[in-house]
Amino acid sequence: MNDLFYISAVVAVISTGIVITKLNVVHALLYLIVSLLAVAMVFLSLGAPFVAALEVIIYGGAIMVLFVFVIMLLNLGPEHIEEKKQYVGGQAWLGPVVLAGILIAELVSVFVRGGGQVAGNVVIEPKQTGIALYSIYLIGVELASMLLLSGLIGAYHLGRKDDKLDAGEDGGGQQ
Amino acid sequence: MNIILPLAIIAGVLLFLTVMSAGLIWLERRLLALWQDRYGPNRVGPFGLLQVIADMIKILSKEDWIPPFADKTVFVIAPAIIMISAFMSFAIVPFAPGIVIADINIGVLFFLAMSSLGVYSVVLAGWASASKYSLLGGMRAAAQMVSYEVFMGLSLMGVVALTGSFSIGEIVEAQRHLWFIVPQFAGFLIFFMAGVAETHRLPFDLPESENELVAGFHTEYSGMKFGMFFVGEYVGITLISALITTLFFGGWLGPWLPPVVWFLIKTFIFICLFILLRASFPRPRYDQLMFLAWKIMLPLSLLNIVITGAIVLATSK
Repeated sequence: MNDLFYISAVVAVISTGIVITKLNVVHALLYLIVSLLAVAMVFLSLGAPFVAALEVIIYGGAIMVLFVFVIMLLNLGPEHIEEKKQYVGGQAWLGPVVLAGILIAELVSVFVRGGGQVAGNVVIEPKQTGIALYSIYLIGVELASMLLLSGLIGAYHLGRKDDKLDAGEDGGGQQ
Repeated sequence: MNIILPLAIIAGVLLFLTVMSAGLIWLERRLLALWQDRYGPNRVGPFGLLQVIADMIKILSKEDWIPPFADKTVFVIAPAIIMISAFMSFAIVPFAPGIVIADINIGVLFFLAMSSLGVYSVVLAGWASASKYSLLGGMRAAAQMVSYEVFMGLSLMGVVALTGSFSIGEIVEAQRHLWFIVPQFAGFLIFFMAGVAETHRLPFDLPESENELVAGFHTEYSGMKFGMFFVGEYVGITLISALITTLFFGGWLGPWLPPVVWFLIKTFIFICLFILLRASFPRPRYDQLMFLAWKIMLPLSLLNIVITGAIVLATSK
């Protein structure tokens, strides 16, 4: 299974790279689907078939179809690609690439030298984060969830069809 | 490890499906004719059976045209996706004890994953064709299939809960005393309707409704690429019929006859039911389709899960 893991991991990394560099939005989305399938394969090779199946059904199937659906509705033509080329000229890459390069160098050096003492003296594991979130900071979590809910209701309200307004617009057609 | 037998099964299944999908075209035309008081294709060979070969020669020798305004790569990939996903799904269908390509313990989920990938074929075909009718068909397909996929998965959870496993082999074994059609009748109905919508067959063929959208998502396709959509559709019908058989009607279980024969008979009955649906139902309006999906089928399938779950919980003690 080791070979399968490395092959699918390489596929995932390459396809994700293409996602952010492709100018054609739909092609980029297709590479993103490939990347998600490759990640599912990674899960499978690590011995988690259930997670792999869910990855394909939920991310590969449901969420990405909605993405493709929205992009199709926008119906971006070749003009859009030309426009995009202007945004992302040669100069614009320089700054982010240099800064991201520093971060990558840091990450590589951590892996090579093997951790050592962390600045905060304690390594915080996911479990401790979870426990802290749902005990000490419970109110914060609840407030955030309320905020998200109100955002959802707000979006629904904005997207709602206004019957009065519609009646005014369609008035001529409906006799 | 024996590698010959699995390969033989794979080859056998592929051959069976290819012949099946070609034969189904003839069967559908004959049955439709029968139900509509016509003759159908009955001239070429005995009962018109050689019509299948004539059709295949015709579709293979037709000009395969790619419109200059289309997105060529995506246009070519799209028909391949539906064929691959439909054929791949058959990997988990047990034809008889031992005759299955892969009896994996997430069989049901594998099928759902493949059917959710099949959506891309129709959507991308509609988009890549760069024509209004195709795009409309593709958008309808996306919305329809995403909606019906939701409770297609949910409708199977009752069966999974009763068996206690996602493995299709175990689901069949669990029906030795009682087919799941009895305790899971609601699940069967919901799955069947979702299956019709997933294969976009009449009455749910709005993505390709010919009297408003020319041919919907495959308007611009010709030659063998169009043929691949066709094969994908018929393999899809066979797949849904085979799964209804396996999940609700005891699969290969049955007295006297060999298991494979039982499986094929049951599957064949559901294929005919698919064709009968086409012969007898008018197409609903698009909003009626969505209404049915979200306001009737989804609550029903959730209710089914709640009740099944409660019964399983009560009897397991």
